[in-house]
Amino acid sequence: MITPKIAQWLDDRLGLSAIRELAAHKTVPVHSATRWYYFGGITLFLFGVQIITGTLLMFYYRPTVAEGFDSVRFIVTRVEFGWLIRSIHSWSANLMIFAAFVHMFSVVFTHAYRPPREVTWASGIVLLGLLLGFGFSGYLLPWNQISYFATKVGTDVASITPVIGPTIARVLRGGSDVGAPTLTRFFALHVMVLPMLTAGLLALHVVLVQKNGMSTPPWISPSHVRQMKFFPNFFLREVMVWYGALAVLGGLAAIFPWELGVKANPFASAPTGIRPEWYFLAQFYTLKLIPSHVWVFEGELLGMAGFGLLAVVWALIPVWGVNRAGQARMRLVTGAGIFLAAYLAIFTVLGYFK
Amino acid sequence: MKSLLLLLAPGLLCAQPAKDTCIECHSAMDGPIQKPALLIKEDIHFANGLSCADCHGGDRTSDDPSVAMSKAKGFVGKPSRQAIPQFCAKCHSSPDYMRRFRPQQRVDQLDLYKTSVHGKLLARGDGNVATCVDCHSVHDIRAVKDATAPVYPLHIPDTCGRCHADAQKMAKYGIPTDQLAQYHTSVHWDALKNGDLSAPTCVSCHGNHGAKPPQVESVAAVCGSCHVLFQQLYEKSPHEPVFSGAGGGGGCIVCHSNHGIHEPSTAMLVGPQAVCSQCHDPSTPGANAAVEIAGWMNTLDASLKHSDAVLGTAERDGMEVSDAQAQLADGREDLVKARLAMHSFHPEEMHQPIEAGMSIAGETLRAGEAALKEKNYRRFGLAVSVLFIAITVVAIFLVIRRLEANGSGYLAAPPKD
Repeated sequence: MITPKIAQWLDDRLGLSAIRELAAHKTVPVHSATRWYYFGGITLFLFGVQIITGTLLMFYYRPTVAEGFDSVRFIVTRVEFGWLIRSIHSWSANLMIFAAFVHMFSVVFTHAYRPPREVTWASGIVLLGLLLGFGFSGYLLPWNQISYFATKVGTDVASITPVIGPTIARVLRGGSDVGAPTLTRFFALHVMVLPMLTAGLLALHVVLVQKNGMSTPPWISPSHVRQMKFFPNFFLREVMVWYGALAVLGGLAAIFPWELGVKANPFASAPTGIRPEWYFLAQFYTLKLIPSHVWVFEGELLGMAGFGLLAVVWALIPVWGVNRAGQARMRLVTGAGIFLAAYLAIFTVLGYFK
Repeated sequence: MKSLLLLLAPGLLCAQPAKDTCIECHSAMDGPIQKPALLIKEDIHFANGLSCADCHGGDRTSDDPSVAMSKAKGFVGKPSRQAIPQFCAKCHSSPDYMRRFRPQQRVDQLDLYKTSVHGKLLARGDGNVATCVDCHSVHDIRAVKDATAPVYPLHIPDTCGRCHADAQKMAKYGIPTDQLAQYHTSVHWDALKNGDLSAPTCVSCHGNHGAKPPQVESVAAVCGSCHVLFQQLYEKSPHEPVFSGAGGGGGCIVCHSNHGIHEPSTAMLVGPQAVCSQCHDPSTPGANAAVEIAGWMNTLDASLKHSDAVLGTAERDGMEVSDAQAQLADGREDLVKARLAMHSFHPEEMHQPIEAGMSIAGETLRAGEAALKEKNYRRFGLAVSVLFIAITVVAIFLVIRRLEANGSGYLAAPPKD
């Protein structure tokens, strides 16, 4: 129990009253699209789950070619509740990326990228890229057959990026091919580099959300929007959603434990139907559809250039999606959003089944 | 100068001749006489720089047929069938000559051929028997490792079968012609056609250049050239004196047959297809031992399959059972060892592998059942967790309702933008 005296002592040193003040005055607009606000919180919650379960996994995981796979097998077969921690970590990673995508598209369709939230949008896009980086680097760590060959394919694709591609691939792999140096590099990226970058950027993202408040869709007149107190009203609702996410996570982990596979054998032939994780499937399938040569260009090179251009254009929505008066070009941006969402959904499904 | 020529000789031999009137003229002809000139382009000898004149003699540089094919130039023309082995052996029995092309190639084919049934009959004037060209083809001879060669492992059964499955050709020799058909039902053919080029073909047991049927006393040695451990146990078994040597039974083929060797099973020990019952009357010690051995192996086989099924179910339910599955592979190996030990025909030799296999079957079954139990435990744990989560969510919902009962928590203030 914190006595008033201790509270005062802490307040003098930490400025807690400012936080209390912020919490007391922070509000959330209540309208037909309010439910989409939860996806940012869900992504944040799942990121927290990742940190906790990832830390627990690190107690036993050994990032070497000789021991990587066996240490994960040890975790899922011998460590008390190791199977649950590992399964939750894997499922949570996938759900987090899914939630981040939903959050991004909800921002697009509610046009929340408008001034003054351009930096919030940009930081969110970079955060999504970092989450994909987490997925790519974490996929290799169990060092099983599928992850080994998927990483080979992934780094091969990276290597075709014009000019810097071969260097990127070499730096990622730590050599000319996926091997022991790749595993240690991916581990370092996964548990140190990416978490530090993400923590910094996430802090910026959250601070900006606090600073600018929650955006209201442009088709809703601000004068007609009720406000809900963030704390405790919205926060309690958010906790309910987090509990729901936790139940879903537990269900997936218990009913569909994440597969371990067989230990990677670099000398074996690649398993048939090798494909990356679902969030890279659309790009993977697109590259497969592009002919090997288009005019004078290599097909894959053209595909990669297209993805790069698309990412830049997408990140610049606050530039081309807003007119000089600072209002959203709603039709244009919504159309682009529907097009991208449809492309990702259709090509992901096609990539999965073909 | 002489040593310089010797040094250059291999290079000269490998180089394509600048002029080859044999091929030039015969290519321009019609009918059968043209065929060799066309076929030779695919020939291994031609690929190594040899041409018609290197076998048939003559002068390939001369445009004048009377010179090119003159006896003065060593022209020998087409050899008779009786002369073919010697004809090929001019080079193939010469270590010095063969060393220029294939230093590792054997040069005893002619000697072996002379010991073969084919060679002996040919020496006696039978021109119908196989000579070199009947198996290796002629003028388009290919390397053994060439997948299109008639002596490529996959094609050997058909190459031998061209004659040996021909009832008309074999009639005068009084030998059966169903060997190829039987071989096509065998486990050896199954392995061969599925890509195992080391699987036995006709020549693996009968020899190639020295081909002849294995004698009764050598059958076990022939089979034992691959099935080494089986041979060792069989030679110490009580069956060996009966089936082999003076007993004249036929060794391994008494039970397993020769060309149509099928997948062995316990049906060979007991039941209507049992081979044991052909010699051992029911209720005799031999028949009883067969029943006992079959019972052990069937029990182990069934136990391993049951464990495999349970582990499979657990695996499909997402449980990690790879350790137990790896252990189960050891159990299957014990079953193989038991099948091997059976060839000693001393049942007590089978105790160790059967007991080891049964132990593994039991352990893996327990591991599989534990995994299934663990799966149920997880589902129960999930149900309890979801229940607690649901209670918590309902509690929060009630707290929110109480908080907002009088409309508190909502403001009418306009948003910032």
